Amino acid sequence: MAALTEEQSMLRDQAKSWVTEQFPVQKFREMRDSGVVARFTPETWQGMIEMGWTGILVPEQYGGSGLGYLTFGVVLEEIGRQLTASPLFASAYVGATAVMLGGSDDQKQAILPKVVDGSVILTLAVDEGPRHDPAKIALKAESTGSGYQLSGNKTFVVEGMAATDFIVAASIDDDVKLLHVPASADGVSREAMSMVDSRGYANVHFDGVEVGAEAVMGDAAVLEQVLDCARAGIGAEMLGTASQAFDMTLDYLKTRVQFGQVIGSFQALGHRAAELFGQMELSRSCMEAALQGIDADADDVSELASLSKAKVGDFIHEMSNQLIQIHGGIGMTDEFDAGFYLKRARVLEAAYGNQAFHRDRYARLLGF
Amino acid sequence: MSDLETFRAETKAWIEDNFPASLKGSSMGLEGESDESAKADFESWRQRLAEKGWGAPTWPTEYGGAGASDPEAKIISQEMAKQGAFNPIPLMAGMGVTMVGPTVLEYGTEEQKQKHLRGIASGEVRWCLGLSEPNAGSDLASLQTKAEADGDTFKINGQKIWTSGADISQWCGALVRTDSNAKKRDGISFVMLPMDQDGVRTKPIQLISGVSPFCETFFDDARAEKSDLLGPLNEGWSVVKRLLQHERQSQTQARPAGGGGSKPTLQEVAKGYVGTDESGALADTDLRNRLTHHLMDSQAHSLTTSRITAEARGQVKVSAAASILKNSATRIAQGKAELTMEIMGSQGIGWDGDNFSSEELDNVREWLWGKAISIYGGSYEVQNNIISKNILGLPENTQKG
Repeated sequence: MAALTEEQSMLRDQAKSWVTEQFPVQKFREMRDSGVVARFTPETWQGMIEMGWTGILVPEQYGGSGLGYLTFGVVLEEIGRQLTASPLFASAYVGATAVMLGGSDDQKQAILPKVVDGSVILTLAVDEGPRHDPAKIALKAESTGSGYQLSGNKTFVVEGMAATDFIVAASIDDDVKLLHVPASADGVSREAMSMVDSRGYANVHFDGVEVGAEAVMGDAAVLEQVLDCARAGIGAEMLGTASQAFDMTLDYLKTRVQFGQVIGSFQALGHRAAELFGQMELSRSCMEAALQGIDADADDVSELASLSKAKVGDFIHEMSNQLIQIHGGIGMTDEFDAGFYLKRARVLEAAYGNQAFHRDRYARLLGF
Repeated sequence: MSDLETFRAETKAWIEDNFPASLKGSSMGLEGESDESAKADFESWRQRLAEKGWGAPTWPTEYGGAGASDPEAKIISQEMAKQGAFNPIPLMAGMGVTMVGPTVLEYGTEEQKQKHLRGIASGEVRWCLGLSEPNAGSDLASLQTKAEADGDTFKINGQKIWTSGADISQWCGALVRTDSNAKKRDGISFVMLPMDQDGVRTKPIQLISGVSPFCETFFDDARAEKSDLLGPLNEGWSVVKRLLQHERQSQTQARPAGGGGSKPTLQEVAKGYVGTDESGALADTDLRNRLTHHLMDSQAHSLTTSRITAEARGQVKVSAAASILKNSATRIAQGKAELTMEIMGSQGIGWDGDNFSSEELDNVREWLWGKAISIYGGSYEVQNNIISKNILGLPENTQKG
């Protein structure tokens, strides 16, 4: 853990006790079994709003606390540990980032306070096919003189069923723009995608949707910046999820007895745990560096974001597999929580570009 | 200006005034330089560094250091690297600056500190370490070299192996058995003895890389003063544990940039040998992927060392993350040499001669030498044992057979 400020440490302690006492993984299980369409419970969301988490990034003038990205990461990590489901990341992290980076003063004034009070749920709609590829946006926005008309489809839209407002990446005359589109606009339709992690995603369709010229919220460069922030932030949640999987595994290694020994005394398993611990520490450094890089407005945020998403992605992939393997038969049962972590891991890996995407991007950024 | 900024400015100015321009950009290997004027420049640079206390800057001034804080020491090496300068003293002192000195500072008597530290900090006295034996490698505690009390001295008999630079060292720190009846780890002591005596004989070992940095060292009624016993009698195991921690620490630090940072990056080398496609990507996609893995691992490692430094500020407890650094550094160093070799193709596997560039031949030596990194200082497997037991708290196996 990075050397945290007093404020960050307090927030971490608050987040840790809140998720473990009030919204632990058992609550996630109840939510899954209830079949609720939004894929989170109103109580969870309300609790986060009341604690001020929706305002961590938002500047004070718009009703937030402006504490920055590493601070948000501290909270995301704790949420990741217990798989606490909510639109916090989609709206108050990714959505708020897009408004802050690409929005006009009017847009910021109109939207950000509502992100903070939870009356608006934002989400970024980028992907159009099964592979993350923001360089190829097919969704078209045609100029209408007074604004734009959107036609096309988005997929794998995070919290797409609960969102009140979309920030849509659209191609306009060979350029890309981000457009703010209310979910209630004429021509917008959506259907839930039921994913392995039981969280909220949607396919969203835009059929001749009209927006005014003032809906523009930045261009391709802003999209890239927003995506880098998203990649760095989701790394924090991923590391939290993977760290919990590590702790569960370590605990099992110390308690499960076979052949008259706790299984953690077998060197093959001790070395596996040591290797996983090493991966965990190395990927933590990448994740924290990416978030600190955003806070410091560093030149190499893109490299750090790709490094983080790839390294944390590799770790959560391996860790989630070992979580099942080392738990043996019990890990295969739905009654035990391991499966939740495995399923969540793969979805988090795919979000905003998987490890292969980010290795390729990192190499390109380094000039080879 | 903050204190550190002032220190940086003063450091920069001092190096500009004192570092001989003729040595700029040369590596640390000038000890064997035959050119007389270069030799003289090198010696005067060493003397100036020693007077300034910058051979071992963090040591107290009364023992030849400069009493510098860790951030100040870092600034010194950064500013040297910027100007193509270097500190040759840690290399000249053998195991003195990195391992023996810090351990003497911690365990030594005032008399021992006065006697040994200045020679190390000035680079004038080189030290080797007699730890491993032919039958005591990873299982170091099973060592058999024996020391018997005899008046004011110990009489030492036995054989050590892998003693780096024993043939050119003036002093040796040796682990010896002083109580044969005690349990393995309880009957061991750490003594310091001069190498220039009748009872000590060394024999270099030629390695697969063609060099002989290590020796076998034979003690045949060798003598150590009783006043040169470091730490209490029969408690050498805790002394050596600390010593090996210092070793690991020195092994996880990045090597000083000899050429002032002018060396091409591995990806540039790769583009030169392999070529690129029309998009500028490396033409060999499999290599490109593995090179990316390597560069990412390397950046993750250096971010981790920075993180540990940041976390350690103001805290006495060493971060648990530090335990992973040796294996991580090992993977990166060995991986780099293997990748470089693959990139260079048939030019990368030459042994000697004019058909190969010095970079090509150097990498072959580095590749071969690098196989030792996962063996010395606690092998890769021993490191994983340490992490699983000491850091993660996994229990010992008590199964028999």
